[in-house]
Amino acid sequence: MEEQELRAVVVATLKSIAPEVDESDLRPDRPLRNQVDLDSMDWLNFLIGLHEKLKVEIPEADYARLVTLGDVLDYLKAKLK
Amino acid sequence: MIEFKLPSLGADMDEGKLLEWKVSPGDTVKKGQVVAIVDTSKAAVDVEIWCDGVVQELLVQPGETVPVGTVLATLTAPGEAAGAAPVRPEAMPRRPITPAARKRAKELGVDLDAVAATGPGGAVTIEDVERASDIVSPPEAPPQGKAAEMRKAIAAAMSRSKREIPHYYLSEPVPMRCASAWLAKANEGRPITTRLLMAALQLKAVARALKRFPEMNGFFRDGAFQPAAAAHIGVAISLRQGGLIAPAIHDVGDKSLEQLMRDLTDLVKRARAGSLRSSEMSDPTITVTNLGEQGVAAVYGVIYPPQVALVGFGRISERPWAENGVVTVMPVVTASLAADHRVSDGHRGALFLAELRDLMQQPESL
Repeated sequence: MEEQELRAVVVATLKSIAPEVDESDLRPDRPLRNQVDLDSMDWLNFLIGLHEKLKVEIPEADYARLVTLGDVLDYLKAKLK
Repeated sequence: MIEFKLPSLGADMDEGKLLEWKVSPGDTVKKGQVVAIVDTSKAAVDVEIWCDGVVQELLVQPGETVPVGTVLATLTAPGEAAGAAPVRPEAMPRRPITPAARKRAKELGVDLDAVAATGPGGAVTIEDVERASDIVSPPEAPPQGKAAEMRKAIAAAMSRSKREIPHYYLSEPVPMRCASAWLAKANEGRPITTRLLMAALQLKAVARALKRFPEMNGFFRDGAFQPAAAAHIGVAISLRQGGLIAPAIHDVGDKSLEQLMRDLTDLVKRARAGSLRSSEMSDPTITVTNLGEQGVAAVYGVIYPPQVALVGFGRISERPWAENGVVTVMPVVTASLAADHRVSDGHRGALFLAELRDLMQQPESL
C-alpha cells in the first residue's frame, strides 16, 4: 500500500471516531490522542478500525509505540510489508 | 385504560419534543418496547413503554413540545376490551440519527430512510441529510443552538445539585499495580475487538463496593433516601460536539467484565450517535466519571440529583509509594467520592472508598 493511501485510511478511520477532525490540522509529530482528544475508548475503537480495514494485528504491548500520527503510519507500514 | 406519560429522562429535563411515534393505534406493545422518540436538550431518546398493552390513541403529535408528565398516549391493558386494530408491518430497526440531522431532514423534506449514513456507529449526520438533498449547507446555527440548550440543562441540574445537596468530598490514592498487571495479562491473548479497558474494572469495583454501602446507591426524593435494588451506574460521557451525558449501564454488579466492556462500548457509541433509551437516561442510581484521560490527577464531581453519590477517577500515574518501609514506584489513581450528607456521613464514605481500593487490589475477583 502506498504511503498516501495508507494515510488516507488512517485519517478516515480517525474521522469515523472524531468527525470534527480537520486533516490539515494534524501534526505528524505531536501526540495524536492529545491533538484529537481521544480517550481510551476512542483509541481502542480507532485501533479496532485500523485492524479491521488493514487486517493487521496490533498487540496491546505495542500501544506505547503508537504516540504520534507518524508513529502510527510507520508502525502500519512495517506491519504491511 | 393506561395513560402513557412523558417520563422525566433526568433532573435536567422539564419538557421534551416528540419527534416520532414508533407505534400506531391498535398496536400491541410489550414492556420495554420503544414506542416514541423524544428530543431532550441533550439527545434524541428512544422512549420505552413501562407496561404491556394495546395502543388506543396517540394524543401528542410529532413536532409538539410538551412538559414532563403530559399524557402522550392511552393504552388498554392486556385483556381489556379493544376495538379492531389496524394491522401494520413490523417496524424496521431504527438507525441512529442525530437530532440536528433529524431537524435538517424535516426542513429539507428529506426521507431519512433513503439517506446513506456515514456518522459514528452508522448514525445519519446533518451532512448525510444535506448530501441526500443536494443542497448546500447554510451557516451552522442549529448545532450551536443545541449546544447552548444542553449547557442550559446542565447548568440547571448542577445548580439544583449545589443548592439542595450538602456535598462532602473524600479521596483515596489507589495502587494500580495489581489491576494494571492483571489487565495486561487478560488482554494478552485476546483479539483487539474483545480487549478490556480499566474503566470496566473500575465500574465493576464500584458496583461491588455499593453492595456493602447501599447508602451511596439510590435517590433522595420527597425528603427521604430511597435505596436502589441494583447498581445502575451512570457513566459520564463527553460528547464530541461539547457537553456531557451520563446514561446508565444496568445491573453492573451482576455482569462479567466482558459483558460490561461490551455494554460500555455500545453505550458510548450510541450516546455519541444520539441513540439512547429512556431507561438508560432515567435509571442511573449513581454516577462514575473518569477525567484521568484528560490528564487531571483527581476529580471532585457534582452529584446528579436525585442521586446521592458520584465516584470519580483521575489519571493513573507513577508516584513514589512507601510500602513495608521501602519507597517504590507505583502506578496510582486517585479515587474520589462526592456524597450527599443527608444520606451518609464521611465515616461511611471513607469506608466505601477503602472498600473500592481493596477491590481494585483483587482484580481477578471482579
